[in-house]
Amino acid sequence: MTIDSIKNGIVIDHIPAGKAMLLYQYLKLDGLECSVALLKNVPSKKMGRKDIIKLDEVIDLNWDVLGYLAPDCTVNIIREGEEVEKKRPELPERLVGVIACKNPRCITTIEQELPHIFKLANRQKGTYRCLYCESKA
Amino acid sequence: MRHLIDILDLTTAEIDELIETANDIIQNPAAYAHKCEGKKLAALFFEPSTRTRLSFEAAMYELGGHVIGFSDAGNSSSAKGESVADTIKMIGCYADIAAMRHFKEGAPLVAAMRSDIPVINAGDGGHNHPTQTLTDLLTIKREKGHFDGLTVGFCGDLKFGRTVHSLITALSRYENIKFVLISPQELKVPSYVKDLLKDKGLTYKQTTDLDSVMPELDILYMTRVQRERFFNEEEYLRLKDSYILTPEKLKTAKEDLRILHPLPRVNEIAVAVDDDPRACYFRQALNGKFIRMALILKLLEEAGK
Ligand SMILES: [Zn+2]
Repeated sequence: MTIDSIKNGIVIDHIPAGKAMLLYQYLKLDGLECSVALLKNVPSKKMGRKDIIKLDEVIDLNWDVLGYLAPDCTVNIIREGEEVEKKRPELPERLVGVIACKNPRCITTIEQELPHIFKLANRQKGTYRCLYCESKA
Repeated sequence: MRHLIDILDLTTAEIDELIETANDIIQNPAAYAHKCEGKKLAALFFEPSTRTRLSFEAAMYELGGHVIGFSDAGNSSSAKGESVADTIKMIGCYADIAAMRHFKEGAPLVAAMRSDIPVINAGDGGHNHPTQTLTDLLTIKREKGHFDGLTVGFCGDLKFGRTVHSLITALSRYENIKFVLISPQELKVPSYVKDLLKDKGLTYKQTTDLDSVMPELDILYMTRVQRERFFNEEEYLRLKDSYILTPEKLKTAKEDLRILHPLPRVNEIAVAVDDDPRACYFRQALNGKFIRMALILKLLEEAGK
């Protein structure tokens, strides 16, 4: 399977297989005007299988979402057909408004205007806990 | 603005200070009888807890202060849909310090983030109850004289018991404490508590058998094993008696063992144990008032009130 090479845009590579749709939703790519290609289950030497997302426009990505959902992905910025930048996300210290707390006893369940905030509890394990009730994300 | 939401908001040095103040109050109550004259504590109990509320009220009265507030959500503005943040803003106009009990986890933190007065978490759902932990720490310190090197047994429901998690967290900051975790398989401590002990390289052992570890213990912290926590009735009936403390079970215990319980108890400690000098759960309840007095003084002082 081949996809036209991109002239100006972003390639999000090394996404764990099966996570591309999730990233598509959380990065709110459905709201974009530009072409978006999702490649699923692409053979990879490093990962066995991986997903890839290609955008034919350089947009501002939500790095917190990338760091949380696909901390090992690589983001390639392409201009005039050349890869000009290669970046990797970092695990964000805080996730604000990305995920919601699932604990039915959490204060966020009755106070809708409170922002859902998660803090990085363990960097090695990449675990996040709700700021308010400390439930695991 | 300084608050107390989680026991880890306090350093061990600050906990030592609070214990010292509480001991001084016990020795010399008259010296503290007017310390909070003209001050008001708002007791904001969105969920009823007579025991905790009485302890806070007694603490404030014995400091010469006053108490305002409500004792369940039905009487409060939250019943009309007011947010916790708005409630604490409004209360800040009338009171100098607040103690908040809430059925939702994290509510006191939300209040603290918006408050102009110090907020004390008086229990939020199954999450935190730092003044109970301070009470436990004061009790251990008064009964044993130190924390370092103690072998502390926790018995009963270690899965859902927030007082257990919080006390283990607090004690994990002292030297050479050995933890003995005694519970049925179904009610073992959650993995995050074990991870904490492992990460800190602390010694702990898990067992289902109270009798076998009784002789090692310096402290035995009892909690209730509730029927509804079990998957089946058979298991409950088979196990319930092994987690009930009786004079018989105490025969192999150390002379200077101390038995703690956050109260209320149901049947997990036989009434016959109450007369044993090693039982100190009623002294523990009294300590709760003194450590709350020390805490109110500290937070008011830091707030410059
Ligand atoms: Zn939460």
